[in-house]
Amino acid sequence: MSEQKLQSQTVQTTGHAWDGDLQEYNNPLPVWWVYTFYATVIFSIIYWVIYPSWPIGKDWIGGLSKITYVNSAGETRTHSWNTRALLLKDLNQAAAEQKPYFDKVSSMSYEQIAKDPEMNGFILSAGKALFADNCAPCHQAGGQGVVAFFPNLTDDDWLYGGSFDKIHETLMGGRRGYMPAFSDVLAGEQIDQLANYVAKLSGIGHDATKAAAGDVLFHSETAACYYCHSSDARGRKDIGAPNLTDNIWLWANVPATDAAEGKVAAIRSVIANGLNKGVMPAWAGRLSPEQIKVLTVYVHELGGGQ
Amino acid sequence: MQTGLEDQLGLYQKRIPIFTRSVKGRFRRFKTSVLVLAYAIYFLLPWLPWSRLDAPAQAVLFDLPGRRFLIFGLTVYPQDVIWLALLLFIAAILLFFVTGLVGRAFCGYFCFQTLWTDFFIWIEHAIQGERPARVRLYRQPWNREKVLKIGSTHALWLLASFWTGLTFVAYFAYAPQLVVAFFTGQAAAAAYITVSILTLSTYAAAGLMREQICTYVCPYGRFQSVMYEAETLAVHYDARRGEAAHGRAAARAGQRTLAERRDKGLGDCVDCGLCVQVCPVGIDIRDGLQYKCISCGLCIDACNTIMDSFSFPRGLIRYDSEKNLAAATPAAPRVQWKRLKTVGYGVALILMTSYLAYSIGTRGSFDRAVNQIRQPLYVVLSNGDIRNRYQIRITNKAGQDQTYVISARGIPANALDLGNFREITVKPGHSGLVQASVRLAPALAAQTQGFELIITPSGKGAEARSESVRFDSPGKRP
Repeated sequence: MSEQKLQSQTVQTTGHAWDGDLQEYNNPLPVWWVYTFYATVIFSIIYWVIYPSWPIGKDWIGGLSKITYVNSAGETRTHSWNTRALLLKDLNQAAAEQKPYFDKVSSMSYEQIAKDPEMNGFILSAGKALFADNCAPCHQAGGQGVVAFFPNLTDDDWLYGGSFDKIHETLMGGRRGYMPAFSDVLAGEQIDQLANYVAKLSGIGHDATKAAAGDVLFHSETAACYYCHSSDARGRKDIGAPNLTDNIWLWANVPATDAAEGKVAAIRSVIANGLNKGVMPAWAGRLSPEQIKVLTVYVHELGGGQ
Repeated sequence: MQTGLEDQLGLYQKRIPIFTRSVKGRFRRFKTSVLVLAYAIYFLLPWLPWSRLDAPAQAVLFDLPGRRFLIFGLTVYPQDVIWLALLLFIAAILLFFVTGLVGRAFCGYFCFQTLWTDFFIWIEHAIQGERPARVRLYRQPWNREKVLKIGSTHALWLLASFWTGLTFVAYFAYAPQLVVAFFTGQAAAAAYITVSILTLSTYAAAGLMREQICTYVCPYGRFQSVMYEAETLAVHYDARRGEAAHGRAAARAGQRTLAERRDKGLGDCVDCGLCVQVCPVGIDIRDGLQYKCISCGLCIDACNTIMDSFSFPRGLIRYDSEKNLAAATPAAPRVQWKRLKTVGYGVALILMTSYLAYSIGTRGSFDRAVNQIRQPLYVVLSNGDIRNRYQIRITNKAGQDQTYVISARGIPANALDLGNFREITVKPGHSGLVQASVRLAPALAAQTQGFELIITPSGKGAEARSESVRFDSPGKRP
């Protein structure tokens, strides 16, 4: 291919020609391009000096940049820059910022906290985080619980009482709900009668004859239900025996079905098998007194308290 | 085969320095007045006092730790981010709108790169003299004069850059305190870092890189072609008049007057090269419209000066449209807006600007967010009643403490339970949180789809705002 056929006399080419007339321009890069490269080299050197860079055996060069924080024990710690120390610094800083609020919580009475708008806001946010970390696995994120497993904390029924002091007691010492299995003591027919009576108490469809017999059985020494649930069936808060006359179901999953037989069957199953799974752990020692106080007010707020 | 051309060229192309000649004229005057106005606003605004009850007395203060922007009488909170979004949209559409009409007016007259470069060239000119003197200085070997002149130019540039950076930081803290703290080493680390970054970048962009920012860094010039139309006014060289049949030629004897040039078939361009010498991006406008042209109009001023001196008609280089230039009988250039795209941008601009003005004009003194608690959506109470709960957050945007009263509409009055907080007092700039619960009998609950929560600042009934919320109950499917 002759020189004349090569294009462009103004822009120089590399001098190659492929397939006859394919050529490559030889335009130089603008010089700022190479300056940018030098700038990145300088940047990397500054970076080595400031941040941890080279490993030396099991150690490394820490760099000039340091992170200083005061830990929960009040000791000042200094590390060369690393993300773990950065996190610890943030956490300790946040804890220090929260401290005045927690101090306020421990110095105020429950009633004062509940009436102070600023503290109320703090309880709602701090309580939500504490609840989500510690309580939500059983009681669910919103405190609604799970029927037949964990009590609903958002309704107005309080098994052990809904005052600040009672909630505090529950949190500190934990609770254990227990009901014996009556299938060992009573005949299937008697359990059926009791189940119909309990359904009647809550205004659910039932067999009137069986319910009448159940009423007698409930108050008899044979079944002795009234020992715990009391003779008016409204339960006893001192031992956490539930109120059987309201619309709230803890163990028998009555709301799960619309059919009356299904509801009675759910009650029957609880009477027959009893339950030994109502365990709430004690939180004293696991959480700080202030945290338990925050949770007490938070849980009180969830269901409106008593 | 390699030909060794790389050696002749070098791997990297050095920047060819541009020494602009100063020029007088309409566009130069306009550019100077924009520069003075913009600098006056930028450099003086942080020092403008404005008395406030709860914040430093600075008219424009971007209070980042306080999470608010104070702009004269207006306080902008993060919740008002929609205003910022609208402002950015308006700025973008305004740019497209103006570009469609008169080309890159922003680049040529208003862009901060142009303004600062202009100012830096002015410093350079004041110290080193006019273009020929600067070219001579550039070419001469390093001696006392060159070191002094170049050194003082760069020193002044650095000073101007530093003051630019310091002024920027002054918008974010109370300026009189900040400046004192800055020079006594008491200011925040962020202030020193920001000022040094801005000083270096201003010095590099306006002193060293200049037109390279527009050519290589800024994307705007690259997409100007999609915003230009045939009717768009832009800086054009009238090639038909300037080149005529036999091209441009110097005004030597025998071709000095228009009549003589017509006879010889010469164009009106006397090829003085002044339009190239004054160009801040170093292009020749006579090559036609190009992406490097920032449309500053200085070549128009330069050419008009020459045309006047030869008593030729002005406007050999002028604002005109491609369409008009190509017409058989070009009319006087004028702004042509009767196009779908331009009208569309115009309408969008008017709508967005009016909405922004309306939104700012009718802003409330507080913000509210009402959220239904969704876990659980409803609770069945022991007597069968249904309870829903709501979280109400009220942010006080007024300058003083304010008490808010919460009430409900669409449900019985005793159904709403606010616990201990039927009224809540919130400090300025703070938020208050209230839990409301609503309890309805099953029959009423089944009929109630929703209701309204009303938040009234006490003593200001006219500023009451209502929020519609849902009411959920069992068996009701959303």
